[in-house]
Amino acid sequence: MDAVKPILQIENLQTHFFTKAGVVKAVDGVSFDINAGEVVGLVGESGSGKSITGFSVMGLVDAPGKIVGGRIMFQGEDIAAMSPQQLQSLRGNRISMIFQDPMMTLNPVLRVETQMVEAIKAHDSMISKSEARARARDALGLVGISAPEERMRAYPHQFSGGMRQRVSIAIAMLNRPDLIIADEPTTALDVTIQGQVIHEMQRLCEVTKTALLWITHDLAVVAGIADRICVMYVGRVVEQGPIASTISQPLHPYTRGLMGSVPSQNRRGQPLQQIDGMVPSLLNLPSGCAFQNRCAMVSDKCLSEIPEPIDVGEQRLVRCVNVGQEPAS
Amino acid sequence: MTAFILRRSLQSLIVLFVMSLLVFGGVNMVGDPVDMLISPEADQMEIDRVIRDLGLDRPVTEQYWYFLVNAFKGELGRSFIFGEPALKLIIQRMPATMELALFSLLLAVVFGIPLGVYAGLKPEGKLSRTIMAGSILGFSMPTFWVGILLIMFFSVNLGWFPSTGRGETATYFGMTSSIFTADGLSHLFLPAFNLALFKLSSVIRLARAGTREVILQDYIKFARAKGVQESRVIRVHLLKNIMIPIVTVIGLEFGSLIAFSTVTETVFAWPGMGKLIIDSIYNLDRPIIVAYLMIIVLIFVTLNLVVDILYSFLDPRVRIKGAK
Amino acid sequence: MSNVTDAKPQATAVPASGLKKFWADFSESRLALFALAVFSTILFIALFAPWISPTNPYDLGSVDIMNSRLPPGSEDFAGNVYWLGTDGAGRDMLSSIFYGLRVSLGVGAFSGIVAMAIGATIGLAAAYFGGRLETIIMRIVDIQLSFPSILMALIILAIFGKGVDKTIIALVLVQWAYYARTARASALVEKNKEYVEAAQCLALSDRRIILSHIMPNCLAPMIVVGTLQTAHAISLEATLSFLGLGLPITEPSLGLLIGNGFEYMYTGDFWISIFPGVALLITIVSINLVGDQLRDIFNPRLQK
Repeated sequence: MDAVKPILQIENLQTHFFTKAGVVKAVDGVSFDINAGEVVGLVGESGSGKSITGFSVMGLVDAPGKIVGGRIMFQGEDIAAMSPQQLQSLRGNRISMIFQDPMMTLNPVLRVETQMVEAIKAHDSMISKSEARARARDALGLVGISAPEERMRAYPHQFSGGMRQRVSIAIAMLNRPDLIIADEPTTALDVTIQGQVIHEMQRLCEVTKTALLWITHDLAVVAGIADRICVMYVGRVVEQGPIASTISQPLHPYTRGLMGSVPSQNRRGQPLQQIDGMVPSLLNLPSGCAFQNRCAMVSDKCLSEIPEPIDVGEQRLVRCVNVGQEPAS
Repeated sequence: MTAFILRRSLQSLIVLFVMSLLVFGGVNMVGDPVDMLISPEADQMEIDRVIRDLGLDRPVTEQYWYFLVNAFKGELGRSFIFGEPALKLIIQRMPATMELALFSLLLAVVFGIPLGVYAGLKPEGKLSRTIMAGSILGFSMPTFWVGILLIMFFSVNLGWFPSTGRGETATYFGMTSSIFTADGLSHLFLPAFNLALFKLSSVIRLARAGTREVILQDYIKFARAKGVQESRVIRVHLLKNIMIPIVTVIGLEFGSLIAFSTVTETVFAWPGMGKLIIDSIYNLDRPIIVAYLMIIVLIFVTLNLVVDILYSFLDPRVRIKGAK
Repeated sequence: MSNVTDAKPQATAVPASGLKKFWADFSESRLALFALAVFSTILFIALFAPWISPTNPYDLGSVDIMNSRLPPGSEDFAGNVYWLGTDGAGRDMLSSIFYGLRVSLGVGAFSGIVAMAIGATIGLAAAYFGGRLETIIMRIVDIQLSFPSILMALIILAIFGKGVDKTIIALVLVQWAYYARTARASALVEKNKEYVEAAQCLALSDRRIILSHIMPNCLAPMIVVGTLQTAHAISLEATLSFLGLGLPITEPSLGLLIGNGFEYMYTGDFWISIFPGVALLITIVSINLVGDQLRDIFNPRLQK
């Protein structure tokens, strides 16, 4: 049992959006930790709140969204309570973020060099331009971009998708952050490039001992790269634990459904499983467990109270009152 | 890049050609060209001479050829009223108009962009709403009426500015302009402000719309995620992106500034091309009308061409073809 | 489970139907509602000017030069009150403005409607038939649109001369291109939708397809353009009349009134020029506000 504190501790985070149509509880009670050098996969489908969680940690939630509850403890300080100045010095420095679409992440009218140097200068105003350029050049070399000196002077549209994402990774690592939040970084890339980028990121994080929060909907990617996994559904983490045990023996009915719906070798010839029903609207959440309308094990208790995370040992937490039981069919 | 410029230049030439056809057609098909180009006071000998000079007794195609040749030579007829070559008169008046138009453009851009960006960043704020309401007003009010209002308030009532005419000029850097003298500036200010008002509203709305769109883009969020100062995000990331459409529109609209100067110059008795053409239309001084048309077409086509080329410089995506 | 983007969760509201929804959206802006009310008043005045106007300023018998240049609110010997004063010939300003509104609005709206009819037809045809025809038409439209409207109007009036009909022709020629471009743009969007293909498979005639299917969907943007263009046309006509190049004295529009009153401003008789100007301003601004709100409602990119 190690006594080292996790570098990130999210405690009961709540981020709500106050829209004209009502309050959208995008993140409603999310808690998990990330340890130094660890890779945590945050998995969920569209609308589960995983990206908003990432943005909340960065303090980049756009209006009409706001963090309305909980704490985000990063190295002892609560991010959710920080001032804009403090947040700004944190971003790109101690915590970096990589976005999904490399096409739109880089400003099309500025040179890559400009966009890298400004990330360095934002946190070190005394550094000289040539020194900053040198660091940027080295970072590009590190992510496997050849001839970095010339390529730096180019504009984003002159790079291919995979290269642009590597540039984003290089930018994220420029100031040696303790944590990188990667929001679906490979979703928009070709399958072949995906593999390269994943491999690249894994290698870099291992070498620099940077913690990584990998947000995705793609289970296969997570299985390959993460140490631990958190599964999100409708704004809450329904299950979390070490990657191997969680994937091979999922405990939450939703996680089971996810694993079951992934086409895999073991089930050739068998019909693909689906999860019945639809995700409830975030404007109209049911009382009690959010998965109730799709769960085969639903009981009365599920309808009345929101299940709290239950510690089932081996560092696994599950939000299900019926955990451990098998479904009827 | 050169291929692009060549292609656009060629297109411009075609447009020029077509417009010359239209002007020629307008002058010659509608109404009697003899009436158009010859002063009603002329006697028969004069009429015969002009007919021969301008080739009006020849077939239409030959006439058009003469027209073109003369146009190249700068021979576009003589003013009925002034007796001088029409082209010369117009060129004499051009600096005054250009000065007015350029100063107006400056005013519109210098004030319009900051106001528009502000309104775009805080769309719900009180100041923003005021700015937008003001811009609708500026957009709706006909230029001549604003001019009248300005004269009434600032000239007749307050006496701050003179109401008519152009002030003294001075020459610096080889340019003669009234912006170099205090008297010149005081005469320039009201008409320039009048002309600028319409453009100002345009620029504000453009800047605001551009800001609202760009601020939602991923690259803005990414810049913030890097920890870049918000002021730099706006100054560098936002501004450079909204400038492209703004510059394009401003460039093209510079032509409309010149066009609207006809109104402003009339209201403020500013001695430019615009006043000349209005007076000429009133007095049926047709050679000037024809000459003015050709000059305007030339200006416009050149302007379009310049803006196109400028645009390709500003947007690196157009200038440099992407890799793969 | 294969949705790609983790977009912000969508709010699901139940849309009301057609006209009711339109009115609900429109009423969201109190300013636009106010503008609509104002414009309706103006429209009323314009339509019924001969009946509600205190005097007929163009009935030479009732106009007395002795009453000229009376300031607003003055009374004359016969006990008539001139709320907005009189002009240089003794005509009541209020009445002149009423009649002027009639002309300004009439010319502006009429030219707008004609321009819309012509422009929409051309634009729709260009979009529907495509190919060379479309390219040529759109080139012409582009070139015309790159010239400022005032210039075009000046040129046309310079060539053809002054008069009501010529002014209307000039206004139509200046405006049709806007309508053509809008019509073509929305027609293109519709054309590529499947229901047009379906109709074509059913071998409906071209004309039928355009009229019954494509056109109704293009109506919304056309209305927006129409509103804003009408305001523009009124403004343009006023400018032309002010310059003495538009409508003749027998059918004075607000622009002409302003122009006539211009000289009196220097001697302090501002009301002869300013009040028609205010009327013009109110008209144009109210139409623009309504048009703006319409545009915001119909703009898909601003939909929630």
